[in-house]
Amino acid sequence: MTSTIRARAPRPIFGRKQSTNPVIRAVVRHALIVCALAILLYPLVWMVAASFRPSNQIFTTLGLFSSHPTLSNYTEGWGAGRLNFSRYFFNSFLIAILSIAGNLISCSVTAYAFARLNFPGKKFLFALLLGTMFLPFQVTLVPQYIMFNYLGWINTYLPLIVPHWLGVNAFFIFLMVQFIRSLPRELDDSARLDGCGNFRIFTRIIMPLALPAVGVVALFSFVWSWNDFLGPLLYLGRSDLWTVPLGLKAFLDSTGQNSYGGLFAMSTLSLAPIVGFFILAQRLLLEGIATTGLK
Amino acid sequence: MTSGTTPQQTLTKTSAGREATPRQLRWRSRKAREAAAAYAFLTPWLLGMVLLTLGPMLYSLYLSFTRYDLLSDPKWVGFANFVQMFTTDSRYLKSVGVTLVYVLVSVPLLLVVSLLLALLLNKGMRFLTAYRVLFYVPSLIGASVAIAALWRMIFGADGIINQALAVFGIHHSSWVGSPHDALTTLIILAVWAFGSMMVIFLAGVRQVPRELYEAASIDGAGVFRKFFSVTLPMLTPLIFFNTLMATIGAFQAFTGAYVVSGGTGGPVDSTLFYTLYLYLQGFAELNMGYAAAMAWVLVIVLAAVSGFFFWTARFWVHYGDE
Repeated sequence: MTSTIRARAPRPIFGRKQSTNPVIRAVVRHALIVCALAILLYPLVWMVAASFRPSNQIFTTLGLFSSHPTLSNYTEGWGAGRLNFSRYFFNSFLIAILSIAGNLISCSVTAYAFARLNFPGKKFLFALLLGTMFLPFQVTLVPQYIMFNYLGWINTYLPLIVPHWLGVNAFFIFLMVQFIRSLPRELDDSARLDGCGNFRIFTRIIMPLALPAVGVVALFSFVWSWNDFLGPLLYLGRSDLWTVPLGLKAFLDSTGQNSYGGLFAMSTLSLAPIVGFFILAQRLLLEGIATTGLK
Repeated sequence: MTSGTTPQQTLTKTSAGREATPRQLRWRSRKAREAAAAYAFLTPWLLGMVLLTLGPMLYSLYLSFTRYDLLSDPKWVGFANFVQMFTTDSRYLKSVGVTLVYVLVSVPLLLVVSLLLALLLNKGMRFLTAYRVLFYVPSLIGASVAIAALWRMIFGADGIINQALAVFGIHHSSWVGSPHDALTTLIILAVWAFGSMMVIFLAGVRQVPRELYEAASIDGAGVFRKFFSVTLPMLTPLIFFNTLMATIGAFQAFTGAYVVSGGTGGPVDSTLFYTLYLYLQGFAELNMGYAAAMAWVLVIVLAAVSGFFFWTARFWVHYGDE
């Protein structure tokens, strides 16, 4: 039987016995977490460290530090062979920015209609929206390629950007619908009494309040666009149009073991923008992730 | 956006022409105006739905009954593509097998690892924010070419994994080069990015009412009893959601397998994921009809899997209000 004292201070879900010193328990807990993190992040840290080692030392060590740290992998990798990473980074940023803008505009106007307006066919269309959230992208891959090919859009950025302006990402719309629904309707009503139309209510009232959701959509648009591999692989054949992932793939294909340093340097640079933005906006984002299940 | 006002005005005009009491009129025109505004807001999405989703879906359904190489017109072949898949195409069946193993191993592992770490983090502990951020980082970058390339290096013949094993006297050949181990590296890559799932579980664990644990303590429940009788049942809605999303995602994995195998699905087709094979058929061999048929099989399988999940939910998912 548990004593009354024990019942008042509930035991943690994990942890051995209540009698153990709480300081020791906390230390053990932190130690376990730090170990897990060390295992998890070691490959990443190792890659970053290896990108600063001279090429001949990259594979010789499990450790992180080098006696001769160097930036040569970065300078050599940037323009290795016929690759041109200035171009790839520019292209990737351009596509990402235009995709983010498209997603923000198209998803927020769609979400406003679903969250705030009544119209015939609403239930049906909302069911359609939810249905497309679970639709595997493969089913539209071939016909979209045929369509974009017919339109002469191969070797342009249009196939990678235009869909985002037409709200193809149902997840983002759903996220924003949920968020806008949680905003108090009294705000809309009083604005309406003041003579605001839907467009003004949307731009002046809803959007400023929906900024947290906008932030989540913007970051995930960025991450998905930046990491996208299959889209550029299908549509961007010409090397001056390539994005960073295609540049890394070409790097991997064209070079031998002696240029891994350059590959690691470019990989590190390619991950930096994502990790950087994420850390800057992490509080906002992790709440959004926890409530919507995006990844 | 300015186009939103034009249909509104025209609609008010037409409804004003009908005979009705002023009050009905105002109400009706307000409703019509709201509907017109709604459809104006929905225009981009509706265009995308018709032109980029529904239209292509129908077209790919048609293509799945044809042979089409993009150069000549599609040729109707009836069910030949589907018959070929399940009878003569051994690579297809291999890709189904590889994908099923990947889904059935990586999803349960993901669930267990993320749940365990969510429980470990579930205390008002110091550094929680920092821990959460660090655990999440792999989820952000796990699907990138850079990480897949790194995986190919570290699981190579003299990659750091083998160097670490050598410290313990274990000598192993290249992981990515062995038909037996290559899929394992991709499963590890999937599980490595468990952070997003963990963050969702963590949010759920923190919402379990403390009273339930207190009540369980009074009833004499131990650590494990509390986990299985309180925590786990309270988390079933999230377990359901995470399992469903991870399963759907795992069926569609592509980048990791492409990069680790150099775009071939090798060695010996051991990493030939379903989507990779679909890509090779459709865009390397230009068998677009066959690729469309493969995509439709995937749609049907995923619909069946999701339907089955939702059906089982009634037996094991507990919602708060019971």
